[in-house]
Amino acid sequence: MTATAPARRVPEAGPDSGKPAAGGRLRPRFIERIRRGGLPYLLLLPAVIAELLIHIVPMFFGILISFKNLTLFYIHHWNSAPWAGFDNYKTAVKIHQPIGQELLHSFWVTLSYTLLSVGASWLLGIAAAILLQDKFRGRGLIRTVFLVPYALPAYAALITWTFMFQQDTGLVNHVLHDQLHITSDKSFWLIGQNSFWSMVIVSVWKSWPFAFLALMAGLQNVPRELYEAAAMDGAGVWQQIRKITLPALRPVNQVIVLVLFLWTFNDFNTPFVMFGQNPPRQADLISIHIYQSSFINWNFGSGSAMSVLLLLFLLVVTAIYLLVTSRGRSESDV
Amino acid sequence: MSRFSEQPSPMAQPKSFLWTRRIVLTLLLAFVLIPVYVMASSSLKSLQDVQGSFEWIPHSLTVKPYVDIWKTIPLAHYFVNSLIVCLSATAFSVVLATFAAYAVSRYRFLGRKVFTVTVLSTQMFPGILFLLPLYLIFVNIGNSTGITLNGSRLGLIITYLTFSLPFSIWMLAGYFDSIPHDLDEAAKVDGCGPIGALFRVVVPAAVPGIVAVSVYAFMTAWGEVLFASVMTNQSTRTLAVGLREYATQNDVYWNQVMAASIVVSVPVVAGFLLLQRYLVAGLTAGAVK
Repeated sequence: MTATAPARRVPEAGPDSGKPAAGGRLRPRFIERIRRGGLPYLLLLPAVIAELLIHIVPMFFGILISFKNLTLFYIHHWNSAPWAGFDNYKTAVKIHQPIGQELLHSFWVTLSYTLLSVGASWLLGIAAAILLQDKFRGRGLIRTVFLVPYALPAYAALITWTFMFQQDTGLVNHVLHDQLHITSDKSFWLIGQNSFWSMVIVSVWKSWPFAFLALMAGLQNVPRELYEAAAMDGAGVWQQIRKITLPALRPVNQVIVLVLFLWTFNDFNTPFVMFGQNPPRQADLISIHIYQSSFINWNFGSGSAMSVLLLLFLLVVTAIYLLVTSRGRSESDV
Repeated sequence: MSRFSEQPSPMAQPKSFLWTRRIVLTLLLAFVLIPVYVMASSSLKSLQDVQGSFEWIPHSLTVKPYVDIWKTIPLAHYFVNSLIVCLSATAFSVVLATFAAYAVSRYRFLGRKVFTVTVLSTQMFPGILFLLPLYLIFVNIGNSTGITLNGSRLGLIITYLTFSLPFSIWMLAGYFDSIPHDLDEAAKVDGCGPIGALFRVVVPAAVPGIVAVSVYAFMTAWGEVLFASVMTNQSTRTLAVGLREYATQNDVYWNQVMAASIVVSVPVVAGFLLLQRYLVAGLTAGAVK
């Protein structure tokens, strides 16, 4: 205890700031106030510095670059890259020119991918969470198994799926063609339109455990008595799910759907591991599209402009989403 | 309706519910486990067998892929890189998150809300948005100061620690909130400063939460592909990028790829499954808030 005794005096020095005579000027008081109220800021400082360095500063820097004509030539002295005004943005949104056209195409692919994946992940997550709500034998084991896709490193799981989708040696064609005889030929799953559907399936496989985990946590806050009361009133299991469980999960749903949407929309791993740097056109998600135009074509200005547009889109969607879902919630509470 | 009448208890489920449960859970188990089974079984097949049509039951088993994976690519080297990067990033992330979460949980100060919201929202932004400028910043810092961040483990460690930081702060703050304030007040009365109270009272009481956050931070770093693909070079390459090298061979050694996938998955999956109790509890504490 003796070792910590001196430390104790620090916060105590604060309260008796009733020594205005000392100095009399503003500065000592200011320091006193920092000492009294500064501790939380001091505690936050390392985290803030890290966030600033990796997220905030690069974000503003990225916005700056998007107005520059930054190609490989200027990479080591980006300061001297010529200003481009809104040229990068204009190129990106000119939907009748190749670059704008491809960006728009990539946007639609990403949007469909995201909506399908989030919808299915949420559905599987909520089904599993509800079905595992009551105790039965094997419940703990099943819950653990369901979390495995969440725990596996993304690339290991993605590589395995890629193997399963191989035309000659994969499991999918073995089952569909050799065993069930559904397809007359062994299909190609990693090129053409099929590549899009393969990617959606893999994405659902990876994402749904997160929905499950969060919804399971949300369900623990639904009071048991509600179900008992409903049962007294003669409500069956299905009615209980519809009338109690689903409404109670609304706040959790609001958060997970948003989080899943943002994660999936920004997904880079899935197409990158499954198809490499040049995914099929039908699987050209926006993240990898921007990656390609920046690091393969070495045009950082145009890549940054696309990133900024992506960010703006996500901000607008998030704002509208929160506005709509929050209003809906307060109305239904009345 | 009298409460003594024959009503189904909430536990008594109709047949339709029980059958739905059986069928849906069985299908989900199959969906989840089939890739895991493919990974495990193919990793024990010979190259000839994985190059033929897929077989559910391997007709012969071999551990040769597990021996060969270390020779085909410098897997051990990548493994060590990943371990160094991920363990360091986790350690720093947890320490920073503990300090920040303590401030958020125990103090009411100007900008508290702004801090929490800003930090959480950075996690929602597209990684690609930070990647380009961060790459340039690292390259230019290297040029002007000689501190190599691009292509070095240090750069990757700093980057990764911020990836798990927002969620870790949020989760830990929720966890700290559940620890009675009286405890650290008592410690302060006994002569601990605020920092003493943090380390002597709050941290020991929050071990499950801290464990959960550590697992989360490690998993986040271990599975990251995008930044690793740009910010590493041959000598600092991590598993996330290195594993793709099996596929660039003329013949893809699928049995080795699967064996390597198992090897890189075991540390995280084992850790996660062992500690999932804490992780779920930590998530719940965060969610309750």
